[in-house]
Amino acid sequence: MSSGNAYEIHALSGAYAVDALDADEKVLFEQHLAACPACQAEVAGLREATASLAQSVEADPPPTLRDRVLADIRTVRPLPPEVESERPTKVRALPVRRRLTAFAVAAALLGVAGVGTVVWHENSTSDQGRTSAADRILRASDAKRVSLALDGGGSASVVRSVSAGRAVLITRGMPSAPTDKVYELWLQTPAGTMVPAGLMSGGSRTVVLDGDATNATAAGITVEPKGGSESPTTAPIALFDFERAT
Amino acid sequence: MSHLSPVSSGESLPDDPGTSLGALLRRCATGDEECFAELYDLTSRRVHGLVLRVVRDPAQAEEVTQEVYLQVWRTASRYDESKGSALAWLMTLAHRRAVDRVRSAEAASRHDTTYHQGAHAVPHDTTAEGAESSIEARRVRNALAELTKVQREALELAYFGGYTHTEVATMLDLPVGTAKTRIRDGLIRLRDAMGVGQ
Repeated sequence: MSSGNAYEIHALSGAYAVDALDADEKVLFEQHLAACPACQAEVAGLREATASLAQSVEADPPPTLRDRVLADIRTVRPLPPEVESERPTKVRALPVRRRLTAFAVAAALLGVAGVGTVVWHENSTSDQGRTSAADRILRASDAKRVSLALDGGGSASVVRSVSAGRAVLITRGMPSAPTDKVYELWLQTPAGTMVPAGLMSGGSRTVVLDGDATNATAAGITVEPKGGSESPTTAPIALFDFERAT
Repeated sequence: MSHLSPVSSGESLPDDPGTSLGALLRRCATGDEECFAELYDLTSRRVHGLVLRVVRDPAQAEEVTQEVYLQVWRTASRYDESKGSALAWLMTLAHRRAVDRVRSAEAASRHDTTYHQGAHAVPHDTTAEGAESSIEARRVRNALAELTKVQREALELAYFGGYTHTEVATMLDLPVGTAKTRIRDGLIRLRDAMGVGQ
């Protein structure tokens, strides 16, 4: 996967809106999308246009399907609404240890909930189900995790699978990046160099880190000017040492 | 959207689906099974039609449609009306599931995949009976007519064929990057012609 410049990434919006990106491009674009309001607006507008396209191919499902679906839903509990953003961003009330435990449980639930004959692949917290790439990494048999409480509130966890060669960042209640700033993710090479691994804006998200994480010794998050930096310009707000991953 | 629904067309979606479908989805989030049944009745022809078009195999399409509606029921609370219409949310979800199905099936048996270029009818030629007279059908047809032939071709292979833009480029013998551009330009034109979105 190439890192791609901003123009190239922006040009993926149309293919993304019709699910025509391959898995790697999709990961790359979703990371970009998280931090790019222009692309968010464009994708939303293009999806409105696609919603009518299928009007020309409408087809009646078999009548038995309706009965099956209506019977099925009685056994499935609707998810609660997301209320995180309504809460104060600093979750000072909980001691760090308890917060982390609750977080670990929530993270463990990700991607393992099977309902009847249907296996759900969507992220339970955001993005309406686009985490299949993340799921693959989280489910890898050699997935190892490092979890941290963030100083500004919230918590974060990085899961790396050497066999998948990738790492995933999971945040919960991470305060939004300051105005005109963005969170930049990094992978640290064995030589100690920090390599850019994507941008994000905070919140509760599951993000696949850009780039090969096979040999990375750590992952980090810094606050950078909008658009990101080539190398960190501030001290990390979180550093995930893979030596300590369990 | 200022159009009125044609009275005769009981099968077509309400012409302001953003409002009514959104309200139904909000009720679904509270566990209202009747509203879910209503949502199913209003949208299942379109959802299943799209899924069937992408997946092709009727038995698999049925499974995918079932998965889509279970996911709708389960995740209705995650629909955010500030980010788009309920119909767009639903169709995005249905399309993604259909595409996931064909791609994972492909990964399992690559040799199975054949592409019959001649067999692909373009969507404005395959207008379903019953929906033909609706105002929405006309709007879509008129909007599609605004696209150039090459834009329409690339968009149809991506949306109805479920192919990636690089696959589309190979099929149409285009340089990589060109199909991506045609898909995006086509969608932008479609959006503007239909007066939806930003």
